[in-house]
Amino acid sequence: MLLEVKNLVTEFHMKRGTVKAVNNISYQVDQGEILAIVGESGSGKSVSSLSIMGLIRSPGEIAAGEIIYNGQDLLKLSQKEMQKIRGDKISMIFQEPMTSLNPVYRVGDQITESILTHMKISKEEAKKRAIKMLEIVGIPSPADRFNDYPHQMSGGMRQRVMIAMAISCDPELLIADEPTTALDVTIQAQILDLLKQMRDKFHMAVLLITHDLGVVAETADRVLVMYCGQVVEEADVKELFQKPLHPYTLGLLKSIPKLEDESKEPLYMIKGMVPNPLHMPPGCPFSDRCDRCMERCRKEMPDLQEINGRKVRCFLYDQKEEVQA
Amino acid sequence: MTDEVLIDVQHLYKRFVVDTNFFGRPTSVLKAVDDVSFQIHKGEAFGLVGESGCGKTTIGKMLVNLYTPSEGKIFFEGKELTAMKPKERREYCKDIQLIFQDPYASLNPRMTVGDIIAEPIRINHLLPDNEVENRVTYLLNCVGLANHMRNRYPHEFSGGQRQRVGIARALAVQPKLIVCDEPVSALDVSIQAQVLNLLDDLKDEFGLTYLFIAHGLNVVKHISDRVGVMYLGKLMEIAPKHELYANPLNPYTKALLSAIPSVNPETRRKRIILQGDVPSPIDPPAGCRFCSRCFEKVDGCDSVTPELRMVQPNHWVACHRFDDQNL
Repeated sequence: MLLEVKNLVTEFHMKRGTVKAVNNISYQVDQGEILAIVGESGSGKSVSSLSIMGLIRSPGEIAAGEIIYNGQDLLKLSQKEMQKIRGDKISMIFQEPMTSLNPVYRVGDQITESILTHMKISKEEAKKRAIKMLEIVGIPSPADRFNDYPHQMSGGMRQRVMIAMAISCDPELLIADEPTTALDVTIQAQILDLLKQMRDKFHMAVLLITHDLGVVAETADRVLVMYCGQVVEEADVKELFQKPLHPYTLGLLKSIPKLEDESKEPLYMIKGMVPNPLHMPPGCPFSDRCDRCMERCRKEMPDLQEINGRKVRCFLYDQKEEVQA
Repeated sequence: MTDEVLIDVQHLYKRFVVDTNFFGRPTSVLKAVDDVSFQIHKGEAFGLVGESGCGKTTIGKMLVNLYTPSEGKIFFEGKELTAMKPKERREYCKDIQLIFQDPYASLNPRMTVGDIIAEPIRINHLLPDNEVENRVTYLLNCVGLANHMRNRYPHEFSGGQRQRVGIARALAVQPKLIVCDEPVSALDVSIQAQVLNLLDDLKDEFGLTYLFIAHGLNVVKHISDRVGVMYLGKLMEIAPKHELYANPLNPYTKALLSAIPSVNPETRRKRIILQGDVPSPIDPPAGCRFCSRCFEKVDGCDSVTPELRMVQPNHWVACHRFDDQNL
């Protein structure tokens, strides 16, 4: 096991109250595995990854929990110790490749900078390594593109540069926060393919954060579905798509227009919208939108319980082995 | 859908001057839309798909008179919009309305939702003042918003609700054609379905015709009757949707379809992964626009631009591989 997140709670202290963006989530990432965290905006998927990187700023705060990486708790490390791990052993790529690259530096220099920070090698060697990284991520004529500024590159290229930078120090864990959301579908296919290649080549783990279930089905090995700061379902990717247990997962899957679908039926809709995080319903946060809501759902919060090697947070599966979903 | 043609676009061009020399002459021109022709029938939903920069939004903006075409003709109900004087052209603006992509940027934050919806009615003097309120109530109801929400401001709404306001505003002037420019791409999955269903219902209820612009092929498939695929300012293929999805002819359409992640992990297909990026529309490749990335290239692709021709009933394609197949 590479990374273990235990009972993590990340809160944001706002004027009108405290928002639990991540509310007691636990998961593990194994070596060489692609774990996807999927959820809609505001579900806490990005905040949970920023918590791992130690990038939560005021008014945000990690209120409780542990993040165990290779036996040590990242939350107990000082800023300086954390900096050594960040960008070296754990690195991250972001959604918008334009805003995460510095526009006034050449892309090559930006990659070299992170190599020099973490590796004890000369500038010359670092440059060589940076060019090799650009080559690995599939940038044509890498030695020339080394001298480009970010604005001279297309969105797909910039995302490749971000990936080159992230893998330049041989990380064990790569966190990819919506890496393809800003890209076109044909470029998205390229980048997802690249991520899978990198995983196979360097045997690193990837924590893929996305809202797109299609991306999850294509890339991930295991999936965590988040809703309102909580994990509502965790399963192997095939099992999840074959037989989603939680009504929210089921609803999400049904509401996507499918290419194979020939009927002109209206799409399935999840009614209502995500509750305001300041005014959560007392029971299950999904109860107001759920088709199979019971009386109990409105009063009590269900636990995340294990069924046949997968986990689900719903009373429908309480003390029953199998329920027809 | 009827056989009556509502909008007929003929050889439409739009060029943007990127750079000029000292004397103000253009030295660099971006061809956003390059010789595009298509028709939309009354009651039809025509989908236009393509990646960013392919000119799909530019076409939409030319139809609603936000851009003036550089060349070419647009006919609306048989009348040539492009030949009209500006004042006359404006008369037709209320027949063709636009729903924008970003519901956060397209509503005035200082106006209440009621005023936003009432504004086009007042500007066009469509109703006497005392009836406007009732009309707004009716429109709010049509798009699934409660009447008491009319006094709220856009920031009090979620993305999906704002998009509903945008739709109500477009409906306010009783248009015949609505250009939907990526209406759901800024929304969450669970909300997307709500807005798509709403658009579908309204189409039947008001007898609307849609030009539905999107980059997501699966979204377009759900709502459209016919689909056009664009690449770098050119139409590559037009076909009825079932035909297009079951039997894509142009290699670009094939690649685009193949690139969509499927929600079934069992069918992790061998996908066609295109090499390289979309070339710049300022300096597009000679011949077929797609030839630099095409995986089914034949002789002549990089020198002669293929024309859009009908190769099967109602199935139009621009590709040299179908040159001898004329219907």
